[in-house]
Amino acid sequence: MNDANKSCLKGVGLTKIFGLGKQRCLAVDHVDFDFKEGEIISIVGESGSGKTTLAKMLLGLISITEGDIYFEGVKRDISSQRKKKEYWKNIQAIFQDPYSSYNIFRKIDTVLLDCLVMRGQKDLPAEEKNRLITEACSFVNLKYEELTNKYPFELSGGQMQRLMIARVFLLKPRVLLADEPTSMIDACSRATILDMLMDLRRETGMTIVFITHDIGLAYYVSDSVYIMEHGKLIESGSADEVILNPKQAYTQRLINDVPKIHEEWDLSTVDAR
Amino acid sequence: MGKVMLEVKELTTKYITRFKEDVYAVDHVSLKVEEGKSLGIAGESGCGKSTLALSLMGYYFPPLYYTSGDIIIDGRNISGMEPDDIRKTILGREIAYIPQAAMNALNPTGKVINFIEDVVRAHDSKITKAEVYEMASERFNLLGLPPSTLERYPVELSGGMKQRTVIAISVILGPKVLIADEPSSALDVTSQKMVIRMLMDLMEKQVIKSMIFITHELPLLYNVTDDIMVMYAGQMVERGTAQQTVFDPLHPYSKGLMGSIIVPESGSRGVRLTAIPGTPPNLKKPPFGCRFAERCRYVTPECIVRQVEPVETSNNRMYRCIFSEEYLRKAYANE
Repeated sequence: MNDANKSCLKGVGLTKIFGLGKQRCLAVDHVDFDFKEGEIISIVGESGSGKTTLAKMLLGLISITEGDIYFEGVKRDISSQRKKKEYWKNIQAIFQDPYSSYNIFRKIDTVLLDCLVMRGQKDLPAEEKNRLITEACSFVNLKYEELTNKYPFELSGGQMQRLMIARVFLLKPRVLLADEPTSMIDACSRATILDMLMDLRRETGMTIVFITHDIGLAYYVSDSVYIMEHGKLIESGSADEVILNPKQAYTQRLINDVPKIHEEWDLSTVDAR
Repeated sequence: MGKVMLEVKELTTKYITRFKEDVYAVDHVSLKVEEGKSLGIAGESGCGKSTLALSLMGYYFPPLYYTSGDIIIDGRNISGMEPDDIRKTILGREIAYIPQAAMNALNPTGKVINFIEDVVRAHDSKITKAEVYEMASERFNLLGLPPSTLERYPVELSGGMKQRTVIAISVILGPKVLIADEPSSALDVTSQKMVIRMLMDLMEKQVIKSMIFITHELPLLYNVTDDIMVMYAGQMVERGTAQQTVFDPLHPYSKGLMGSIIVPESGSRGVRLTAIPGTPPNLKKPPFGCRFAERCRYVTPECIVRQVEPVETSNNRMYRCIFSEEYLRKAYANE
């Protein structure tokens, strides 16, 4: 693991306002954070808390109303397409829905070869490219021979999500944003995907940011946890601190509402009305 | 022992694909649910959980077909009945079903009460509007839903609210068995808890007599149900109380499933999850021997060549594996 205290991705006063005039909606409200290199971070919140909006801002997919992003200590301007392309070499993402994460007109070979092009390895000999791709596929337990000449929609949801991880493995970004990567797959495949992401961190030392509503998952995978409510970060700290000893009422409620197996799940705390 | 509300004997149903291939998604499944009890069904995607739920209603429509077996609800065998009779006399009254995306079932152009009128009229054509309204508002009150919901359009309700409304509607005729197929998986944790609370209320207030609950979220299953049945490739591989199945699983598949549980409790961090490699077999050509053999870490050549029958153990549990209880426990202890 790299130097634990080196800042990797930092946000200062990040704000996103949707709409204009009276219809304004404050989705993310002056959020500050500092993700350290090699850490696994979770941003937890319910639907509508602004966590996905924050992720989109960090990726440069939507404009930032106010605030700055610092990557490895340097302020990044990601307003133009050219600058974004440069920025995306360092930061990549996996989304919730693997089915809509691919260009359906492109074969899997092309999808993976594009990763090498993006890394500037366009001129490698064909065998070397093949070797790198095969290695990436075997990292996620897929066989490249079986994938050639296929389109992404010929795979199952779990396989597509694993292929997404293979892409990340090839691109080797410094930061990976995983936006609800396991919410559409069942508990068993979830374990496989999580294990792969943990292995990925171990091999490459990349920083992984999970965006999730599943507080159990956040506790299991992450070093630090950030809790988001109505666009604000309301609590943060190490996973043990936040989950086992929550200070905010909102965090306590989130934890109480998750069914557990060793502790009693108190149904009476919810008002059915 | 309570009165048996639902008994299923060796139920087998199949899908027929457009290439005329048979897919046996429910293969000789037997189960029993007593009055006041709930049964949970666990398993990966594609193991036949939802097909079992559909098959239990006794109402088949292509591509799902009935092959053999009996479904007995409160002493009445419904497996040989005409589909139209089942729709009129069984569904809603004897057995009700809540599908996964139940909340999308509401008609967007009608008020909730209009939908309820349709449901009730299908079973009793003489009932008046006022009677339906009275019945519905009484039931909504009992379940903690504001009766004003009846006058609303579905778009005015939140996701959790819609889900609870649909559940309230599906039990309006007081069915003996309620089948809930992932009723809370599309909701956030707080709405999920409200839905579960409502299902518990239904049981407590005896609106329904028994429940079958299907989900892949094991901590949820453990908290909601009395017994758990684990399905794999269309077959039942293990059955026991919730406590037994979660904390002391016998079948290697159940063991693998329980190893993938994630909960926010101290001590659950850093424990490596036991992901089961591979995917469930293609049910067009299920393996001859143990269906889990291909993915099992304790597999022996015998597993592949021999058909495995379920074994009943002393404390009323059942599992489907060629190894003895002691052998499996020892193997798990040495992991």
